[in-house]
Amino acid sequence: MSSISMETAGQTAAPLAATAAAESPMRAIFRRFLHVVVPLVTLAVVLLVWQWYVTVYEVPRYILPGPTEVIRAFVADYPMLFSALWVTLSITFSALALALAGGVFVAIAFAQSPWLERIFYPYAVVLQVTPIVAIAPLLIIYAPSTHAVLLMCAFLVAFFPILSNMTQGLKSTDHNLLNLFDIYNATAWQRLRYVKLPGALPYFATGLRIGGGLALIGSVVAEFTAGSAGTESGLAFRILEAGRRLNVPRLFAALLLITATGVTIFFLTSFISHLLLRRWHESALTREN
Amino acid sequence: MLQRYSASQDMAADPSVPTGAGRSDRPIVAMRDVGKVFANGTIALSGMSLDVRPGEFVSLLGPSGCGKSTALRLVAGLGGASVGRIEWPTSSYTHAGEPEREISFVFQEPTLMPWATVFRNVWLPLRLKGVSRRAATERVMDALRMVGLEKFAEHYPRELSGGMKMRVSIARALVTRPKVMLMDEPFAALDEITRQKLNDDILRLWGDQGWTVIFVTHSVFEAVYLSSRIVVMAARPGRVIADLPNTLSYPRSGDVRTTADFAAASREVSEVLHQSMDVDAHR
Repeated sequence: MSSISMETAGQTAAPLAATAAAESPMRAIFRRFLHVVVPLVTLAVVLLVWQWYVTVYEVPRYILPGPTEVIRAFVADYPMLFSALWVTLSITFSALALALAGGVFVAIAFAQSPWLERIFYPYAVVLQVTPIVAIAPLLIIYAPSTHAVLLMCAFLVAFFPILSNMTQGLKSTDHNLLNLFDIYNATAWQRLRYVKLPGALPYFATGLRIGGGLALIGSVVAEFTAGSAGTESGLAFRILEAGRRLNVPRLFAALLLITATGVTIFFLTSFISHLLLRRWHESALTREN
Repeated sequence: MLQRYSASQDMAADPSVPTGAGRSDRPIVAMRDVGKVFANGTIALSGMSLDVRPGEFVSLLGPSGCGKSTALRLVAGLGGASVGRIEWPTSSYTHAGEPEREISFVFQEPTLMPWATVFRNVWLPLRLKGVSRRAATERVMDALRMVGLEKFAEHYPRELSGGMKMRVSIARALVTRPKVMLMDEPFAALDEITRQKLNDDILRLWGDQGWTVIFVTHSVFEAVYLSSRIVVMAARPGRVIADLPNTLSYPRSGDVRTTADFAAASREVSEVLHQSMDVDAHR
């Protein structure tokens, strides 16, 4: 009886051991290597085909420049493009910072006082659903400078998702935990500090990721609408300008910088949310099965 | 109805029941004709009176909807009673007229903060009273040692099993050295083996710590195994229908479960419980 059960145990163990061996260190490194190499190779192929098409069919550069033309534009217009990048970055990140501070602060105010929420939440919704492009002309009249218009537009777009996520998060605290705080006669500040805020962190992270992307969109759209003055030009204005002048290589270069900015913001905000949640939240955990 | 409301006097005469230090016949908490009506009109609890004396282990036993959890939450001060009073005769009162109760509450769920380590979870009640981490460390570690989790202080709740999480919850409850421990079906969600082990832990801690325990359960066997007194409740409206002393002697261990006395006591309690449910069915 015991020999039979040992045999079956041996049989089930063998394939298990085989699968375990399949994931040897060498294989693991190779697999990771593939994860990096495959997308890079794809990119290279796309660029080569692009270059080949443009060269063979003699596509004019004001319609579709080849990758080499774009690189040349990068090098030639380096000072102008990077000062534009700097303007776009500074507007995007200041708007995001303001939206984070404002969104969290207002959400806390809403959570502490349901009356405040009842009074002001509808206005927040109205601000959100009104397309920002439609408000921009009004802002241009009111705001002291173009820079301020861009900042306000980008802020308004990024603010709402942070506010609504944070408000939701502060309301989603485990009811029993709040009861526990009641039993220990905790103050309103202690509830906020020890349960509500930490419990809202996953929602904050979501707001941050959405708000980060929207802040960039907001600053680009605002610049399309409001334009800009000489030294204060951002990437969006450079794109418009290059388009009007049919300087398509420069347009591509500027577009590439905006995309790179978007990707950077995405990774940055994802990384921050990972840092905030990695120790405890389901979304940040890696599982074996 | 058996021995209604005479139980506590009987028990006081029973030397086999361990009792807290400095006991007197004054109840530590007394419910006086307490009723609770929810906003939707449901009568959750009606005319409940209950004296709990220091050192008692009282189980509130009944089917779901009998108001046993509501009664416990009222004792804990979570939501006010619609009618009646809850008195704490041995507690001092604050200027605002609030009793200074030394209570802890254990929920059915472990109710831990997932973002905090085991240490920080257990530290919480002390932290809310302004005790610094350094000053709290010894008491927190003592509490963890009492539930056998001192090696898990720096772990996060997600890394623990259901039974271990419940132990953390118990450690958090006992770290304030409460006089009254209120437990709301704390082991209902656990498997039978873990549950029996935690029952033994609770009995041991009750003996060591001099607690008064009010324990809500729907399990006859758990009530009989743990309590010195079993209050049987019925639903619609939630009310007390019997107050039974449990004469099984302490200390109790797993062997008690197989004795004839345990079986007899369980049968007696079951019968009372079923009578109450039959009455329900005829309404």
